[in-house]
Amino acid sequence: MIDSLFLINHSGDIFLEKHWKSVISRSVCDYFFEAKEKAVDPENVAPVLQTPHHYLISIYRDKIFFLSAIQTEVPPLFVIEFLHRVGDTFLDYFGECSETVIKDNVVIVYELLEEMLDNGFPLATESNVLKEMIKPPNILRSVVNTLTGGSNVGNTLPTGQLSNVPWRRAGVKYTNNEAYFDVIEEIDAILDKSGTTVFAEIQGVIEACVRLTGMPDLTLSFMNPRLLDDVSFHPCVRFKRWESERVLSFIPPDGNFTLMSYQVSSQNLVAIPVYVKQNISFLEAGSCGRLDITIGPKQTMGKTVEGLMVTVHMPKAVLTVNLTATQGTHTYDLATKVLVWDIGKLNPQKLPNLRGSLSMQPGAPKPEENPSLNIDLKIQQLAISGLKVSRLDMYGEKYKPFKGVKYLTKAGKFQVRT
Amino acid sequence: MSTSSAFNDEKGGSSSVGEPEYGHDPASGGIFSSDYKRHDDLKEMLDSNKDSLKLEAMKRIVAMIARGKNASDLFPAVVKNVACKNIEVKKLVYVYLVRYAEEQQDLALLSISTFQRGLKDPNQLIRASALRVLSSIRVTIIVPIMMLAIKEAASDMSPYVRKTAAHAIPKLYSLDPEQKDQLIEVIEKLLADKTTLVAGSVVMAFEEVCPERIDLIHKNYRKLCNLLIDVEEWGQVVIINMLTRYARTQFLNPNINESLLEEGGGGDKKFYASDEDEDEDEEKDKKAEAVTMAKRKPYVMDPDHRLLLRNTKPLLQSRNAAVVMAVAQLYFHLAPKAEVGVIAKALVRLLRSHSEVQYVVLQNVATMTIKRRGMFEPYLKSFYIRSTDPTQIKILKLEVLTNLANETNISTILREFQTYIKSMDKDFVAATIQAIGRCATNIGEVRDTCLNGLVQLLSNRDELVVAESVVVIKKLLQMQPEKHSDIIKHMAKLTDNIQVPMARASILWLIGEYCEHVPKIAPDVLRKMAKSFTNEEDIVKLQIINLAAKLYLTNSKQTKLLTQYVLNLAKYDQNYDIRDRARFIRQLIVPTEKSGALSKYAKKLFLALKPAPVLESPFKDRDHFQLGSLSHLLNAKAGGYQELPDWPEAAPDPSVRNVEVPEWTKCSSREKRKEKKVEKPFYSDSEGESGATESADSESDSASGSESGSEDSRSGSESDESKEASESEEEEEEDLKTKKNKEKPLKKPVQESESEQSSEEEVRKPERKSKQSKSDSESESESESESESSESESEDSEDSEPELKKKKKGAPSKPAFKATKKDNKKEKKEMSLLDLDDFEPAPSPQVTPVNSFLSNSLVTDLEGLSLSDSALMPATIAPSSALKSYELLHRITGEGLSVEYCFSRQPFITDANMVAVQVHFTNNSTSDTKSLHMEDVKLQSGMRVKEFPEIELLPAGETATAVMGIDFCDSTQTANFQLCTHTRKFFVSIQPPVGELMRPFFMTENEFKKEQGQLMGMNEITEKLILDVKCRNEHAIVQKVTTAANLSRVPCGSDKECSTPPPPPKYPVYRFAGRTVTSSSLVLVTVATKDQGAAQLTVNCEKMVIGTMLVKDILLALTQ
Repeated sequence: MIDSLFLINHSGDIFLEKHWKSVISRSVCDYFFEAKEKAVDPENVAPVLQTPHHYLISIYRDKIFFLSAIQTEVPPLFVIEFLHRVGDTFLDYFGECSETVIKDNVVIVYELLEEMLDNGFPLATESNVLKEMIKPPNILRSVVNTLTGGSNVGNTLPTGQLSNVPWRRAGVKYTNNEAYFDVIEEIDAILDKSGTTVFAEIQGVIEACVRLTGMPDLTLSFMNPRLLDDVSFHPCVRFKRWESERVLSFIPPDGNFTLMSYQVSSQNLVAIPVYVKQNISFLEAGSCGRLDITIGPKQTMGKTVEGLMVTVHMPKAVLTVNLTATQGTHTYDLATKVLVWDIGKLNPQKLPNLRGSLSMQPGAPKPEENPSLNIDLKIQQLAISGLKVSRLDMYGEKYKPFKGVKYLTKAGKFQVRT
Repeated sequence: MSTSSAFNDEKGGSSSVGEPEYGHDPASGGIFSSDYKRHDDLKEMLDSNKDSLKLEAMKRIVAMIARGKNASDLFPAVVKNVACKNIEVKKLVYVYLVRYAEEQQDLALLSISTFQRGLKDPNQLIRASALRVLSSIRVTIIVPIMMLAIKEAASDMSPYVRKTAAHAIPKLYSLDPEQKDQLIEVIEKLLADKTTLVAGSVVMAFEEVCPERIDLIHKNYRKLCNLLIDVEEWGQVVIINMLTRYARTQFLNPNINESLLEEGGGGDKKFYASDEDEDEDEEKDKKAEAVTMAKRKPYVMDPDHRLLLRNTKPLLQSRNAAVVMAVAQLYFHLAPKAEVGVIAKALVRLLRSHSEVQYVVLQNVATMTIKRRGMFEPYLKSFYIRSTDPTQIKILKLEVLTNLANETNISTILREFQTYIKSMDKDFVAATIQAIGRCATNIGEVRDTCLNGLVQLLSNRDELVVAESVVVIKKLLQMQPEKHSDIIKHMAKLTDNIQVPMARASILWLIGEYCEHVPKIAPDVLRKMAKSFTNEEDIVKLQIINLAAKLYLTNSKQTKLLTQYVLNLAKYDQNYDIRDRARFIRQLIVPTEKSGALSKYAKKLFLALKPAPVLESPFKDRDHFQLGSLSHLLNAKAGGYQELPDWPEAAPDPSVRNVEVPEWTKCSSREKRKEKKVEKPFYSDSEGESGATESADSESDSASGSESGSEDSRSGSESDESKEASESEEEEEEDLKTKKNKEKPLKKPVQESESEQSSEEEVRKPERKSKQSKSDSESESESESESESSESESEDSEDSEPELKKKKKGAPSKPAFKATKKDNKKEKKEMSLLDLDDFEPAPSPQVTPVNSFLSNSLVTDLEGLSLSDSALMPATIAPSSALKSYELLHRITGEGLSVEYCFSRQPFITDANMVAVQVHFTNNSTSDTKSLHMEDVKLQSGMRVKEFPEIELLPAGETATAVMGIDFCDSTQTANFQLCTHTRKFFVSIQPPVGELMRPFFMTENEFKKEQGQLMGMNEITEKLILDVKCRNEHAIVQKVTTAANLSRVPCGSDKECSTPPPPPKYPVYRFAGRTVTSSSLVLVTVATKDQGAAQLTVNCEKMVIGTMLVKDILLALTQ
């Protein structure tokens, strides 16, 4: 399956390579570099490339290309999903997934890669299992290890590997038993010029942080589970219970994980929390333009909108901007032509406004299209779909855990066309 | 940093320039050492005897490997440490070894013995990792060793090791394809494995080594389907893809009838599906015969086909995109049309994932939308494009939108397209224009609208947009040129401005083609073009020549000179294509005396009516590749791609999937059954077993009566009935052997027609069971049993075992014939008996009190064998009185229900290989607990559970006891299951202490010593210990040992034919013997006492793992 992996940084240096079968020369990456040169954006490099002897499947995340070389037929999603899992594991182990951190922990990274694949086929990808075999670095342990020559490597078979709950290790112990669930919803929407909704949907995830002793069996139920249309689960969730009773029954992995993600059924109208009045115009003559944006609250369910931010990708011809904002700060990046207006909290009494002129490159033709606005916002303690967790029950253990549920609404891909 | 330089010296060999190693202590790097002595410091560190130094060195070396630097010259120094005690050093050495062994084959051989030793280690982790590394070393010379190791590991006790063995198979295969036949044997064996852990890996191996051996799957098909949901996600992908292929060869096309219907009423597709029609026609032709067949016989889906579809569906909810995609492609390729729709939602969900995932999913969706447009129509808006999408995603979404366009939604789609055209991303705009063109060709109603829209784009400021529009307009105009001469005129004007060659060429072609419609402008365009001819691009030049030729033919008066001028210019062009074209055209159109007959037809040649081009999706016909595959994505066959076969015209024999071994089917089929409905354990058991046994018996499936009960159990019980009634329960239990003997002759006449002696062993079990139940009850209402029987029947048909049943019916022809009348009655009776089981919580002989007669009878049996009963008595009686109870469910968690279990050390009646576990229920709550039973049993491979019968009612404050049997396969793996009451389910698990995995075995001291002599070496484990103060007399030691393990004491001195008890030796030696429950391996324990309470404990057992664990347990028991 996966023969080799190369990690390539933004500027095109291979800073790590790992081979699971015979060694494949680095030169295979040249085909990739060629494609990368052609693509303007790193995002535009095709994830699957064909070379005379190999297939290259790559992902781009956190400014690193994870490039795998493959020799035979394999479902491309299989590889892509695995590469992302590798990235997730790094994130899990080192707190971030960057070139520096990978270089600093190159031995652990290598040990991880060794465990995750055997002969190119995934072996252990559950973070709980990996953590039992290879302990994540922390300062104390690394100090102790240097002094004593101790190791990061566990010498027992991870209990999860053999049990029916491979995602959870045995013998978990906590003094404070707690289980937190964050219901995070994102509004994906496209609004057109007049403010009418072209397309809107709500995507939600339930992120869990469970630190419970032993083998707890949890059941999470909702007040209104019918809202959920399409769902996908962490492997721990018992699908049959969901099918029959619409409750989430599961033995949780230890630590942080995504319990489920869902989509709210399309019958429900999506509440759009803000409205945007905008007027962007480019004058035919005089090589300048005007911009005027006002944002106001629409359906916020009585909560305050925070973290409001507007991002505009200006046409190439816009040289500088001369704007004033009634609230928040704005910046314009000359190189990337991105205007960012960071508003912060939305005050319904005094609506934030950004207006001013745009100066254009002299002689350049009037841009065809007005740039669309990307809106970012957050509403604490609200799930915009109205989803509510009803209760969390625990079976199988005797103690009383501390339980908590938090709601958050965010703008996902929230775009206003102008 | 150093990475760029690393790139240069990759694999430079040892001769490469010694560069300073980054991240190293500068004093130890290459700075102060010459090339020659490079890595000396590392070698020194590796040679030291401090683990910390070795570790540090190995870490540096691995860091070098990671950066792609050459560290091969360190091989000898590193390989020495392969047996290092420090586990991390060892692991890093393995990493190094696997990387460089191929280059240094001779030296690598030094390490082999270490791994061979590791393969025998009692720790499964070490065994697995030894096999893993051994198989990863790509050295041809060790192929036989690898082969041996894989074979051995494939039958290892630990599923983890077996999984590793499965992984090793493709490694060995790629190293030496000659081994294929032997490897297939191993694969065949591992395919039969029952654990989810192994399933994914072995199917992977199957796909790499012998994907063509589809016959190996037959027997495992149902098991794989049933296990699928519990297999880890990566394995799921592989299994699903393989099963897709399998299903294509084994089942009939579920859409045969539908394509038939379409033939009659496909009117609705007429408009927009021009490209689809052909495609479907082809299909129809191909399947014409099959269709006519289907006409006669309505299509019925094979239950196995249904099983696959049903069991994969939940996986659409997986978090893993690859799994979702795998299920989606399975449904696309295998499901009836009406059911394919379910995958749309899941695929649309994947569009929220990473952009790479989106890219792949959209490619597949694009292919699907061509065949099954309706499926994605409700999700049209999910394919709307955002300005922030990467271009490649935008273009794919556009493709999908175009495929989805039809009369009803075209206006919305076109409105969307309008916004896209204004995008700043010009590649995307160009693609949009093409998409509009395709919509226009496919949907007649909007053709004019689209054309007008495109014409407006001609005045766009961006040249690319205009050019693309021209190209598309050209194609559209070709469909109905006469109506649009004004557009052609408009375009003619554009030649002054447009510089994009393709667009210019297109305009010129249009003018030439339709010069009759623009007779005035055309010559003028040619004039301009002739002027700029030398500066044009090649494709434009070619079109200028074409234009000239066409004008010459239609309007030679005005254009003769111009044409000649152009042809002269072309004659001296640098490009030979253009020179050739000019020469060719000149000969054709300019009449000379030399020119032949051809020039007469010049007009026909040039001005022939050209068919309008068909704008079709690049994804058309891609679905002949299996969706979700790399080949599909690239639209080219990738190496190792397995073609998706066409549906067979007639289904192959479905009976090949019947499984013979009853023991295994029992587990899986019961699990499945449980999911659907809580079943009476008795019935389901006897059913599964007898059915499966029968299938092995005969292949005759001619006769099929209306009767469906299990023939064997009936006939068996019939003959026994009279006897049984008189026999008491106790007797029945007392000695199985004698009863079996009694049964045999009675049964013979009934079974005569089946010449199967070998299957008797299995047949007997259900018999006994039904007998038990029969003897339990005689009175039961008929009506109740009637409903029961019908219910169970319907269930069975769902259970995908109907074939089994049919055979069963057919097989015992004689008795069936004789007893048809009786049958009905008897069947009902049987059912009713089963019903009664549920009424009485503990009726069956399985439920035995702790200190029952049985243990006594056992003792008497043993007494009969032994001469010195005095020595024996305490040994065997002791454990039953000192049974240790374990908590299964605490009163609080169980909400009032508390459950304890203990190992009763009785042989389990129904199955000698099972350990009897006595479960003790106490209802502490104030309300009654109803229908206590087990569900959802999850076991490791090979393990089996015989559930206790359902306890219908446990009143408040009452207690009840039940017995269940578990075959632990001689391992201390836990048996997990759910304990269910009428209201709640509790997850519980039972883990046996190692001492309970054996049963006492009587032998004399001489025999003991003889056997011990054969179990020396690795099978012997010895520990020295100091006995606890309280534990130094004979009685205490014997009691401690027998409590810790279910063993019997070997009478001492019995070999001496003693009439008088010999004087007790000063330091007596105590011996105990037993056999493991499942495999009957001998377990011999010796406690040799010495002075001062010192003692030596020796355990001999061929199961080393059991031996090691037992030593620990006994040690603990004796020292505390």
